[in-house]
Amino acid sequence: MANNEPAVKPIGGPPSDVEHIKLESNYLRGALVETLSNPITGGLPEDDNRLLKFHGSYMQDDRDLRSERERSKLEPAYQFMLRVVAPGGVATPAQWLVMDDLAQKYGNGTLRITTRQAFQMHGVLKWNLKKTIKGINDTLMTTLAACGDVNRNVMSGPNPYQSEVHAEVNEWARKISDHLAPRTAAYHEIWLDGEKVVDSKVVEPIYGPVYLPRKFKIGLAVPPSNDVDVFSQDLGFIAILEDGKLAGFNVSVGGGMGMTHGDTSTYPQLGRIIGFCRPEQMIDLAEKTVTIQRDYGNRSVRKNARFKYTIDRHGLEWFTGELHERLGWTLEPAREYHFDHNGDRYGWVKGFDGKWNLTLYIQSGRIQDVPGYPLMTGLREIAKIHGGDFRLTPNQNLIIAGVSHTKKRKVAELAKQYGLTDGAHHSALRRSAMSCVALPTCGLAMAEAERYLPLLLDKMEVIIDEAGLRNEEIIIRMTGCPNGCARPALGEISFIGKGPGRYNLYLGAGFTGDRLNKLYKENIDEKEILDTLGPIIHRYAKERSTGEHFGDFVIRSGYVKAVTSGLNFHD
Amino acid sequence: MLQLQVTNSPFNESQAELLNRLLPTLTHSQQVWLSGYLSALSLLGDNGQAGPAVLPLAAEAAAGVSTSTNAMPQPEVSREVTVLFGSQTGNCQRLAASLSRKLEEQGFKVTVAAMNSFKPNGLKKIENLLLLVSTHGEGEPPDNARAFHEFLYSKRAPQLPQLRYSVLALGDTSYEFFCQTGKDFDQKLEELGAQRLTPRADCDLDYDEPVAEWFEHVIRSLSGSGSQQAAGIADEAVLAAESAESLESAYSRNHPFHAEVLENLNLNGRGSDRETRHLELSLAGSNITFEPGDSLGVYPENHPQLVQDIIAAMGWEAGESVPLNKKGEEGTLHEALLRHYEITVLTKPLLEQAAKLNSAPALQELLSPDRQQELKNYIHGRDLLDLIQDFAPWEVPARSFVTILRKLPARLYSIASSYNANPDEVHFTVRAVRYESHGRERYGVCSVHCAERAEPGATLPVYIQNNPNFKLPSNPDTPVIMIGPGTGVAPFRSFLEEREEQGAQGKSWLFYGDRHFVTDFLYQTDWQRMLKDGVLSRLDVAFSRDTDEKVYVQHRILEKSRELYTWLQEGAHVYVCGDEKHMAHDVHAALITVIQQEGGLSPEGAAAYLENLQQEQRYQRDVY
Repeated sequence: MANNEPAVKPIGGPPSDVEHIKLESNYLRGALVETLSNPITGGLPEDDNRLLKFHGSYMQDDRDLRSERERSKLEPAYQFMLRVVAPGGVATPAQWLVMDDLAQKYGNGTLRITTRQAFQMHGVLKWNLKKTIKGINDTLMTTLAACGDVNRNVMSGPNPYQSEVHAEVNEWARKISDHLAPRTAAYHEIWLDGEKVVDSKVVEPIYGPVYLPRKFKIGLAVPPSNDVDVFSQDLGFIAILEDGKLAGFNVSVGGGMGMTHGDTSTYPQLGRIIGFCRPEQMIDLAEKTVTIQRDYGNRSVRKNARFKYTIDRHGLEWFTGELHERLGWTLEPAREYHFDHNGDRYGWVKGFDGKWNLTLYIQSGRIQDVPGYPLMTGLREIAKIHGGDFRLTPNQNLIIAGVSHTKKRKVAELAKQYGLTDGAHHSALRRSAMSCVALPTCGLAMAEAERYLPLLLDKMEVIIDEAGLRNEEIIIRMTGCPNGCARPALGEISFIGKGPGRYNLYLGAGFTGDRLNKLYKENIDEKEILDTLGPIIHRYAKERSTGEHFGDFVIRSGYVKAVTSGLNFHD
Repeated sequence: MLQLQVTNSPFNESQAELLNRLLPTLTHSQQVWLSGYLSALSLLGDNGQAGPAVLPLAAEAAAGVSTSTNAMPQPEVSREVTVLFGSQTGNCQRLAASLSRKLEEQGFKVTVAAMNSFKPNGLKKIENLLLLVSTHGEGEPPDNARAFHEFLYSKRAPQLPQLRYSVLALGDTSYEFFCQTGKDFDQKLEELGAQRLTPRADCDLDYDEPVAEWFEHVIRSLSGSGSQQAAGIADEAVLAAESAESLESAYSRNHPFHAEVLENLNLNGRGSDRETRHLELSLAGSNITFEPGDSLGVYPENHPQLVQDIIAAMGWEAGESVPLNKKGEEGTLHEALLRHYEITVLTKPLLEQAAKLNSAPALQELLSPDRQQELKNYIHGRDLLDLIQDFAPWEVPARSFVTILRKLPARLYSIASSYNANPDEVHFTVRAVRYESHGRERYGVCSVHCAERAEPGATLPVYIQNNPNFKLPSNPDTPVIMIGPGTGVAPFRSFLEEREEQGAQGKSWLFYGDRHFVTDFLYQTDWQRMLKDGVLSRLDVAFSRDTDEKVYVQHRILEKSRELYTWLQEGAHVYVCGDEKHMAHDVHAALITVIQQEGGLSPEGAAAYLENLQQEQRYQRDVY
């Protein structure tokens, strides 16, 4: 390849608004110091809100109150969502207690486990942002890069009992996360001590002044569990164990969930495996992959800016070549691996290290006290005595991990006292369900998700029980918009919001996260959802072959065609 | 004719010389004309701006003195009358103007002025003095009476044996210090050796009748006992005071306009512990207009539940016929208690009247002279239903009982809109008052009527109450500083709408505060728009319950002391609206601190600076 004339050029077109904002922000500063302290509005101007995302926060408003407040001559009930980076979803009991306290003091009294194993806090007022972020930093966590056009929280299978290499894999997740964190001093300046820090000469050696064209997601899976949905990541690593040791990782590139309704140039895509690398090569590989996306990603049209489109535009072969050139070394051929599920395993399990782990079912990842179910209080009490750590799972559940034999009884007692549940009394369908936040706080939501999915499940469970499928895991996901927070393109049954009370119904994803689903019905309401799914579920109960998953069955029975690539998702 | 000299007149040498040359050449009618002209001129002040507060109408009347006196018999020396008023909301000012007009028609030479525009050392030269003054809060004088009140109570107050006077006091019997300021003046003048022309009149909220009586007495005693004209004149005068309220419109306090409710919003967001209503009324067809700073009088209805409970407790019939007022109009008892009589406030006079209808020993005892404190405690927070229940049984027919009740008064609210910006509409702001007292839910009569029973389409009887003491600077380039926490912010919405309509170039600065930013920021989006459009230059806010330490507007004033003082030096007018008891006092103190600190003045110097601003009408307050 000629040095001065690359065969593949970055895509042209004028840079989007956001690119301008980033460029003019002086490494994510913008006018944030000033606009954060403007006492007349609880909100921020759009430009600064864009920048705020890089700092781990979104401005939102309570959409339930929007029109009511407008009539009352009040601005929208602006509030901020804060996301806290937790590589591999690990948090110490001390960190848990701080998050709990901040949520009570400054948030809406709840915490949320995100689908990327991060913490989310909602309802923080502008005046309290600084105090909250300071509190988070004081407990050695950060919100920096939890959102924005940068590498996001690095996911890693959290189940410590599952494999002796887990701790090692998790450590790599943390190293990648640290390596790809933005280096700008703006975060420190705005949120922490307020002092101006002189940026080093090259402020962002990896990202440069305009960061990435869009968000970038990395996840590490440890087979046989694909709980991180490794193929949904921009860059995925599949741990390969040989003789009980971590030999390295198969590398998957170009996955991603988001799309836009009615725009077939956008689509979900699964990552494709391009080879194998040794653990010590991962960081270099991750960095070079990020720089390729930095240089070739679409900076003109944001909805076509994700890495998956860069790869699909130029081809996997081009990417591999470019990567090898930047690395100066070559990937080995991919090795054998096997996934058998992507859900969580609930209840008490003893790990390889002899410690105990309790996986709790958390509906939609929401940690809160509700009448009759003081989940948040129970977890706080456990955190006070717990000697191990907490693991946030990619399915929005929680593992109380590394419980010593002596503490197990006490933890179990507390869990019982507060009614904390492994979800055993729920249907397997409910335990395999996932939803995004959606209304009332998410600005993108077109329909309900977190608040509605449990109600829909009540009705679906009637059908499931009739069909005798109470213990059958069927991956079911719901999002309020097509941006994909709950990875809806990987649900065997998925709902993506179209409008109030209306959803697109997708069927046929693979049980282990290895196949996208397909649109089955468009813009349907609850009645049609139930009328549509009822007969299919009954037929599945009767006609499935042994061990056949629902996603496979709907393809074999001809309800939908199998999607083999995001490129034919809309066909 | 007296030769004017520097020693016997207030003039300097060259002025005295000019006058000595001019005065002997004047004919009698020229002299009369000139005296009327000069007194009108002094009322208007320079360009009608910085001078004493007075209604233009009164000034015109004064200027026109020559025609009226010409037609009259030769005036005697003692026919000069000085009318001074101390007025917060404009009632006394209006009545003073009306009284002056009537006196002039009777051939008197009248000087009318606000108390703070009158040089108190001139008292010694006056023979006839009429004082009209209201009382505020805990027996305090209105802003423009404060300095005069202080003067009379100071060592500098002269003996006034030459003076004849009378006092008209406005007040509210539900307050402990009923008509206190009027009483103060009355007593002090007596102590200073002045002769009472006619006894002081203490007027409750429904003041029309006693005012007319006092007018009559005053005119009669000034005219000498022989005058028979006074009677009819006085009634007319009070009515004239009414019509001065709105020259163009047929509607007034005694003849309110039934305005349709166009909009009724809660300005507090969900989760607030307060409810503040924004009402928009239609004035279409009324010809009512108003200016920013004016108030809206609203006649409310009592709470229907309370009316029903009272009727039930007394065993009366809702449909029975009772007098609705002293004029002898009749209506049903339900109608009378709902719209015509006050049933939510107990006053000492009411209890005294009630004691004549009920021989219950407990009630008699409560009224005994040695139990004043108990009586005060009893009255506080109780209403007519309590009285009825606590001293049952009653065997009084409704017809007789209602005659002891006060007339249901109108409530005044600062107008929150500019007429020019919203023609044929008036907006106002009401905070719903609900509380528990003595084991029962209590409701602010008008605020809860507005909050609960004034849906769009309903009507409210309203009138405009001009407030000449709360007016935008006539020069639109003059900067304005507006301090209005809570519902006190209402008139500033009107001010800013008006300035926007005028295209005023003057800077504007608003200080606002309430409890919580998220739910209690009244008119938030209006201010945000005005800031964006440059109609409002600055906005500082204080939300007292959002932080550990309570922050109020006075703290923001102190924080911004340098800039605020700069604005004052640039000629800014300062307006304060809202709670009198706490806020207005704290703000006043904060302003003094700012002036002291930034102007390098002593506390007394700073107070005098502020006093001077008040004198120049650059520091105006609408506090309650």
